[in-house]
Amino acid sequence: MALTPVENQTPAFTAGVSACAGGFFGLFVGTAQGSGLLGLLIGAALLGGLGFVLTSMTAQAKVIRLVLLVAFAVAGLVMGGLPAMVVGALFGGFAGWFIFWLATSQYRATLAPYLTPGQVLWHYTFRVICGAIFVFLITPILVVMPLSFNAENFFTFTPAMLQFDPDGYSLKHYRDFFTNADWQQALWNSLSIAPMATILSVGFGTLAAIGLSQPHVPFRRAIMAILISPMIVPLIISAAGMYFFYSRIGLQGTYFGVVLAHAALGIPFVIITVTATLVGFDRSLTRAAANMGAGPVTTFFRVQMPLILPGVISGGLFAFITSFDEVVVVLFVGSAGQKTLPWQMFTGLREQISPTILAVATILVVISICLLTTVEMLRRRSERLRGMSPT
Amino acid sequence: MSDMTQTGPVLAADGTPLKRSLARALRMQKMRALALIAPLLLFVLLTFILPIADMLFRSVENSIVTDTLPRTTVAVQAYDADSGEAPSEAMFDALAYDLVVAAERKEHTRVGSRLNYENAGISSIFRKAGRSMDDMGEIYLDQFVDLDKAWKEPETFVALFADPDWAAEAGGDDESRFAYSDTAAEVLPGATDAYAAWARTIQDQDGDSPTKEKPWAPIYMALYKDLVQNPDAPAAFGGDTAALLSAAVTAIQAPEWQTMSTREAFAEIDKDWLDPEVWRTIKTYSGKYTNGYFLNAADFQKGPNGPELRPELERIYGTLFLRTMIMSMAITVSCIVLGYPVAWILANLPSRTANVLMILVLLPFWTSLLVRTSAWKVMLQQQGVINDVLVWLGIVADDARLVMINNQFGTIVAMTHILLPFMILPMYSVMQTINPSYLRAAKSLGATNWTAFWRVYFPQSVPGIGAGSILVFILAIGYYITPELVGGTKGVFISNRIAFHISQSLNWGLAAALGTILLVVVLLLYWAYDKIVGIDNVKLG
Repeated sequence: MALTPVENQTPAFTAGVSACAGGFFGLFVGTAQGSGLLGLLIGAALLGGLGFVLTSMTAQAKVIRLVLLVAFAVAGLVMGGLPAMVVGALFGGFAGWFIFWLATSQYRATLAPYLTPGQVLWHYTFRVICGAIFVFLITPILVVMPLSFNAENFFTFTPAMLQFDPDGYSLKHYRDFFTNADWQQALWNSLSIAPMATILSVGFGTLAAIGLSQPHVPFRRAIMAILISPMIVPLIISAAGMYFFYSRIGLQGTYFGVVLAHAALGIPFVIITVTATLVGFDRSLTRAAANMGAGPVTTFFRVQMPLILPGVISGGLFAFITSFDEVVVVLFVGSAGQKTLPWQMFTGLREQISPTILAVATILVVISICLLTTVEMLRRRSERLRGMSPT
Repeated sequence: MSDMTQTGPVLAADGTPLKRSLARALRMQKMRALALIAPLLLFVLLTFILPIADMLFRSVENSIVTDTLPRTTVAVQAYDADSGEAPSEAMFDALAYDLVVAAERKEHTRVGSRLNYENAGISSIFRKAGRSMDDMGEIYLDQFVDLDKAWKEPETFVALFADPDWAAEAGGDDESRFAYSDTAAEVLPGATDAYAAWARTIQDQDGDSPTKEKPWAPIYMALYKDLVQNPDAPAAFGGDTAALLSAAVTAIQAPEWQTMSTREAFAEIDKDWLDPEVWRTIKTYSGKYTNGYFLNAADFQKGPNGPELRPELERIYGTLFLRTMIMSMAITVSCIVLGYPVAWILANLPSRTANVLMILVLLPFWTSLLVRTSAWKVMLQQQGVINDVLVWLGIVADDARLVMINNQFGTIVAMTHILLPFMILPMYSVMQTINPSYLRAAKSLGATNWTAFWRVYFPQSVPGIGAGSILVFILAIGYYITPELVGGTKGVFISNRIAFHISQSLNWGLAAALGTILLVVVLLLYWAYDKIVGIDNVKLG
């Protein structure tokens, strides 16, 4: 339901705003072709004219948008081949949507009726700024993914890639990752260290979180401060301390030493997530279980555990990713035999930078997406279980 | 209704006063909670807190000098470096006895490099001296042996210095640690000390027995000096030993007996041994503990009149700490500027849209740090994506590509991106609790958009900014990986220097001191965070 009654705009308004947008894009295309000013003028004239004409044709909006899309795509194909066609199609689709969005005053429909034009403009400017920040957040990840399929050993888009030439793409960096003994050893080390560290931190952490959420805990604040400190203390200091101390007791350079160090680093995450789950925990449930004759152990496994399980699992995933991503501590506490994936990436980035890193990075991004999805689903499930959010 | 009229304490079902019964139940509850926490607490203390305490201890520990040069550090206390003269013969003797042991244990280079941190050049004179220590006092060895062939035999020395009980059992496979006789220690203190040090060293180092090895030359020198001091020494011994010693005393007093000066010998090894500054350094660092590492970390050095600031060009750590602070501050500010609009829009959009956009914030948060750093390296390089786009657009000429990496700009951009989620999440959770009707109320009362935001909304969002800023600042100040990879030389932090001292220059004490200073700053901020936000309120996603 539209908040504000809207009516069609005058052709002059649509034409003016469209011309601004057209000029903006024209500037880029023009600069790339050699003359920014010419591009600006052509773009502004093109979209301004379209805006002026199309304002009176809002009834056939759908058909006209499709026509624009195809027309710009064909124009692009004629002018600059396949990549220009994609750009043209995108631009045509945008132009069609934008002109009708303006012409039918759709942009005004969801806003409060009393806003002045200036406020409306600010509203959309603000969204564009936020959009730019979101792009900033996500771009590095989006750039890495296509580059990992590069057929050349370059870290930038080759002309072949930009022309969507199949020869410009290849899986050779992935092949390298799966056949290179160094990378495979690193992957194997990571996969043998992280689960052990996770088990340790989840085991100890869950027990402690349950203890911490009891109503009467002496020195609760101090204990909490100590348990969270591995997250706060700079990694280089933890690494230095562990390096000195573990070499004194002979744990430096051993698998066990790295596992212990990573477990310590993962503990704060387990504590935070599990205590957060326990905040909404209804104590009368355990009392009811005890009342019906269940011992503490049965109560824990049959009543408490199923309810806090989502929190424990996401804490575990946090601990896992902490260990899986960790490089500073393993760099100092580990020896060549414990070289993990991030360590291998770190040396790769510092010494001979090879595009295999991008393939590894893409694989790691996919893993993170899976973990993130799991954690989000668990969080929602946990909130639903505890009745904190509507189903 | 007798219960109602009953006087005295209220009783529980089992007859104990209710108050005590409740107190006991409460105590039980506390104990149970602590018992659940104890394993983890112990684990964290052992694997994390203890290593850090060990590091703090290392920043003041200085036992290597006293352990390696025990005699010298005692003797040097009497030395006055301001006199401008090299120390006496006795101090050089002490140094010779210490160094011959240290050279055998291969520790003289370690103490040399330790002292080299404080006074450049010491390392090489220690190394040189260590090489020539075996010959120290050879002139005495030759004369003793010329006097009587028995002075070449290990048994002579065992009879002279060793505890008879020890000597009775010595020579076997599992020889006990060398013990000297009290008589020898009393009448020939220097020689006994030198011999015992030698005997224990060869036992420890090579598994040899003093009963089978010929002693070092410096022991003969010590024996000679003791006999000069105490010509009555032979009287304390019996049998062959007394006869040998008496003959030696007679020979020593004869005019043709040749002597040498340890001081001259050291001066011959390197004339720097006569430099009072070397001895001042040894004296300054002869304590078990030192503040030297901290002085170094703060760009101070120990001068003749106490600590003084280093010359301007050598003040690297102050600059580095300052740079770390300023860059962390810049990163925090850019995170606030970029994070605030995002948090605002997330908190004010309908929850379905907000949840989708939230994924865009959480995805970088979950992505490996190295993936993001390598992505920025790829983007910012001179042949990288951003430069290519700029060149394609014609904004930048092909031969004048922007330098955006291996400098402060690269570090700030990459770290802002990496730490941005830590700013957005706390801001978002605070902004979610701000009631939007306040803003509408302000506007209906006539406030402009800006006034309504600045006077009504912004003050309520300050806790979120505070929480996010402290968190980002704490994380930024100790960052290591990203500055190392994209910071070049100008964009590195104090952490990189700490790592350098641990793994390359091996000056662990200085690394520990720098780490301690950084830790103190972080803990102060952590304490502030706890006071302002509360550790319990840290949220992850």
